[in-house]
Amino acid sequence: MSTSHAKSPYGYRYIGAHRRTKEDPRFVTGRGRYAADIALPGLKHVALVASPHASARILSIRTDAARALPGVRYLLTGEEFCAATDSLPIGVDAPKVTRWALARDQVRYAGEWIAAVVADSRALAEDAAELIEVEYAPLPHVTDPEQAMEDGSPLVHLAHGSNVILHRNFVWGPVEEEFAKAEHQISFRAIWNRNATVPIETFAVVAQWNPGTEILDIWASIQMPKYPDQTARALRLPGNAVRVHYDVDVGGSYGVKRGLKHTVLVGYLAKRLGLPVRLIEDRLENMRGGDMHGPERTFDMTAAFDGDGTIRALKIKAVDNVGAYAGRAPFQLGKPVGAICGSYRIGAIAYEPVSVLTNKTPQEAVRGFGQSPTNFALERTMDRVAQFLNMDRIALRQKNLIRKDEFPYTIPSGSTYDSGDYHTVLDKALAAIDYPALVRRRDEARRAGLLAGIGISTCLEPSGGNSAFEPLLNPKNETTTWMDSCLVRVDLSGAITGIMGTSSSGQGHETLVSTIVGEILERDPAQIRVIHADSLNALPSNSPVGSRMAIMLGGAAAGAARQIKDTLIAIAAHNFECAKEDVDYRDGNVSLKGVPEKVMRWDQLVEIAHRKFHQLPPNLEPGLQAKFVWEVPTGGGLPTPDGRIHIYPCYAFETHIVYVEIDPETAAPAIKQYVCGHDCGVMINPDIVHGMTYGGIAHGIGAALYEEFTYDDNGQLTSGTFMDYLIPSALEVPPISIVDHCTPSPLTTFGQKGSGEAGYLGAPAAVANAVNDALAPLGVEVNALPISHLAIWETLSKATRDGK
Amino acid sequence: MSEVLYSIAVEVNGAQRAGHVTARTSLVDWLREHLHLTGTHIGCEHGICGACSVMLDGEPVRSCLMYAVQADGHRITTVEGLAQPDGSLSILQDSFCETHGLQCGYCTPGMLIAAQALLDANPRPTEAEIRDAIGGNLCRCTGYQQIVDAIALAARRIAEGAT
Amino acid sequence: MKSPPFEYARAASIDEACELLSQHGEAAKIIAGGQSLVPMMAFRLLRPSWLIDINEIAALKFVAFETDAVRMGACARQCVVARDDALAARVPLLRQALAFVGHAQTRNRGTIGGSLVHADPSAELPLVAQILDARMVLRAKLGTRTLPASAFFAGPMMTNLQPDECLEEIHWPVWRERRTGSAFTEISRRHGDFAMAAAAAQIAIDEDGHCARVTFGVGGASPTPIAFPELAQSLVGHRVDKANARAVAQEAAAALEPDSDIHASAAYRRHLAGVLMTRVLQQAYDTARAVQ
Repeated sequence: MSTSHAKSPYGYRYIGAHRRTKEDPRFVTGRGRYAADIALPGLKHVALVASPHASARILSIRTDAARALPGVRYLLTGEEFCAATDSLPIGVDAPKVTRWALARDQVRYAGEWIAAVVADSRALAEDAAELIEVEYAPLPHVTDPEQAMEDGSPLVHLAHGSNVILHRNFVWGPVEEEFAKAEHQISFRAIWNRNATVPIETFAVVAQWNPGTEILDIWASIQMPKYPDQTARALRLPGNAVRVHYDVDVGGSYGVKRGLKHTVLVGYLAKRLGLPVRLIEDRLENMRGGDMHGPERTFDMTAAFDGDGTIRALKIKAVDNVGAYAGRAPFQLGKPVGAICGSYRIGAIAYEPVSVLTNKTPQEAVRGFGQSPTNFALERTMDRVAQFLNMDRIALRQKNLIRKDEFPYTIPSGSTYDSGDYHTVLDKALAAIDYPALVRRRDEARRAGLLAGIGISTCLEPSGGNSAFEPLLNPKNETTTWMDSCLVRVDLSGAITGIMGTSSSGQGHETLVSTIVGEILERDPAQIRVIHADSLNALPSNSPVGSRMAIMLGGAAAGAARQIKDTLIAIAAHNFECAKEDVDYRDGNVSLKGVPEKVMRWDQLVEIAHRKFHQLPPNLEPGLQAKFVWEVPTGGGLPTPDGRIHIYPCYAFETHIVYVEIDPETAAPAIKQYVCGHDCGVMINPDIVHGMTYGGIAHGIGAALYEEFTYDDNGQLTSGTFMDYLIPSALEVPPISIVDHCTPSPLTTFGQKGSGEAGYLGAPAAVANAVNDALAPLGVEVNALPISHLAIWETLSKATRDGK
Repeated sequence: MSEVLYSIAVEVNGAQRAGHVTARTSLVDWLREHLHLTGTHIGCEHGICGACSVMLDGEPVRSCLMYAVQADGHRITTVEGLAQPDGSLSILQDSFCETHGLQCGYCTPGMLIAAQALLDANPRPTEAEIRDAIGGNLCRCTGYQQIVDAIALAARRIAEGAT
Repeated sequence: MKSPPFEYARAASIDEACELLSQHGEAAKIIAGGQSLVPMMAFRLLRPSWLIDINEIAALKFVAFETDAVRMGACARQCVVARDDALAARVPLLRQALAFVGHAQTRNRGTIGGSLVHADPSAELPLVAQILDARMVLRAKLGTRTLPASAFFAGPMMTNLQPDECLEEIHWPVWRERRTGSAFTEISRRHGDFAMAAAAAQIAIDEDGHCARVTFGVGGASPTPIAFPELAQSLVGHRVDKANARAVAQEAAAALEPDSDIHASAAYRRHLAGVLMTRVLQQAYDTARAVQ
């Protein structure tokens, strides 16, 4: 549970108060409008043919039998498709690693699509897909990244010349000197196995080409920056020939809904056939061919520290298995650079990120963009240092946590943390769970014969989306613009509308914008409508990634609303024939200071703006609208030659305290208590923030204990259905308490920080630490996620064998 | 040779609906594509996620695991049938809005069906009973907390005689 | 994941179902609750040309109490059976096992017979049938026969049901000893998932607390659920305590050759089998002891 009050704790009228969202009513009545709900006359349906081999040459594709089925409209293979469209872009400097939605000549992972069938129904398309005969010549494959880096390994992309598409060595601060001075050091390996946020809605896209207007309309379950541009580019269309409808409800994304390949495929078919075409991934296509897997990363950690617990330096090597193709996913090794030392005062860090191609399903952006695996590795390091020193894990953290008086705090890699009070949040969480009582509970459980453990994590959630890791990891990519925008209109009736230029997948953006606009204009947010533009009439947006929308969209909405307010003031002052400083604005009405009966009301001011040009001050445009487009705070910089750059602007903080019991005979873990202390500055809508935090924690529990994309020696995905890929239910996720703290950001309009990735960034670390605390009395540990029943049992068996 | 079509008559949200379907048309596909009741969602098509939950003769089932032909002669309630006769939100739906028991809304119809069935059978559920009732409905957004809060709130309000 | 095409018949009676089965042979499959069958169709692992729907046959949904058995129609819904207090008093293992079967929604549609015919080696109801030696009444056009559970389950997802036969009834033995106790437990990764291992036991004791009758077994650790009648017999005449429960359970587990998969290794399954059989033996005994 968590608390949200009818009255704002920050003194605002609407911001911070418990308010119902604008979005919920349509969803509880089943009136959401998802991509699969879009009905177009003559709609045709796509099914895919996928490679069963992890690596093979395609010798032939025979489509006669498929073609003969009634209801089949078209069969598309890579031969046609790859010649007619351009390769999808790759973020790192590896231009020979090309990618299309359909393979041509060669398949590089089991599940890769090699043909598309278009038919009158999805069922018929699947029938036809089964009749397509493909002859393959299997090739050697590699799925382990360390093997992929060895000489003589099969090459996933021959033309690239190796399987490594990114390898850097960063040294920030006096690393070797600090290692030399340190009293102790430890090394270990932490493994984050492959998983993803797997939304319940798969990726769906509908495309329709209108030859009369030469516009390709797209409705998709999308969460992706530069989606219309990249779609147009791949289809060899000008940008203004693609219209993405952002008013489609997205059934969850948490990063992964980046179906660019699906969209180019369907867009091509729609144009080619002159018919509207729809692809809804089924779950099988989604799991192994949807290219939405998350990081699969091995961390080799070395920490240098003193006997009193001061951490002097870290060496981090992170090897990530990106799969057979890459878009932006390798950048997930770069984003954590902006919080590479976590919430701790560590003056010297060496970081060696390596992104490796193998014959596995490609990765996509996942919630946190690499920060959660990194936090997991950092937090395991802290616990192991504490264990080495026989020091309390909380005391160790308290010693190394950056102190409130040290902000703004610049970390060795160049980012500056804006604000924080980590110690207070930790104290609040410890009090909320009644830590001494929890320790007694744990000890009592241990005496009763259970394995029991308390896990702590103190982690950062970088927010704001200044993706400066792009030029950092790829100097040929000088992108420094990370913008967002909002247009606010007041119509002739006096009703307010806010317009945002991207899609939403449950974050409550309509509520965010209406609350902020209502706050500034002092008008009821419940009456403010927020709509989504399409990509032809939208102002620039970089989409909801990197926990950026509260900051960026919120800031843009505030900026636009302020301009409207200023306009209203100007109109009144002009009509009162006084200076702007001599009027009061209240609830949308403007009165002469000291003469409250001399007031111009909202309706009057609106009418002047729209209809009474003769009463409008000179130089004001007619109507009542304002647009606000802005760059992310601290954005616009390029990295220094030694690889330092300020990445995200704002840093939210979360501490998780988790109590776990494990049955020593069955090795079954159970999370019994869970408290999260959370500080994301000012919360615009607390229920939305809490909701995302609970959800992030549930994702984190999944990553920690249940979820993995497992592969066999043949490169086959063996957890490709929901029977084997285990998403936690309400019976696996415990009741969770959130305790809030507010350290405002000095960089944002209201002091808000982002919170879209909250919970996920600290939960896996805390759960892993809890399990390890439970195992500690037996002298064993487990440093690979997910920690399954089997992993616990095998670890316990080791203890028994080693005579512990 | 085209597939045989079967005539079906099903009561859906209180109204008699007729259909002509292939045998392999799932109940969820018939509801969505033929009746245009798109409130029921597809998440996995193999009976795990619960997004497709509807009531069959008053009990929640997975509509992806039934064929439309099997529903002939039976009574189906979807999320579209949960509101009050005058169209206003049910206590349960309103409670979901009060506690923000949803985010993207995709699992929500299935959750509402499961929760409504629980409250119909057990008006005073414990938290454990609530979690068990929705244990077959997966959500990736909410972490379940505010959903559990919503159902508990609805139970309290019903017990207090709210309308 | 749309099913491959098939034709559909809704049988109004068991006779009609059998008639259709004999007409279409191996190309036809019975559909009851569909909770196991339809996913297989969605994955296109099964492609029957005909589905014969037996959900509407009222005669297959009954539960009748006889002196030494409960007779149950194959289409008795799992949720109905779980709720039946009188049934739980006679065959308590059914309610205990059903608590682990899927989720409320799958139990609303799934049938007792369907789970038995599906014969998943880790499924709960086949384990109960195996250790109680329930009897399966199999009906075909040409006649009816009865198989005990031990002869019914043949292997993973395999039974000795012939292509032209339909499971019509299950007879669950009722133990009439006054002091009887039973227990069911399993370990799965999440609630409602397939068991990595499951164990069940039923024990009747005499007035002095000695075992008069014992049955126990394990599921998920072998091609079919396994009962251990000889080891069970070795407990007759004795009280059950932690030591002898464990000894018997370990001996049973040592004989197992479980499979490995991504969730559990063979060694872990075998270990779980031993632990869980120990627990259900103790719990069943303690429950019997608690009867006054």
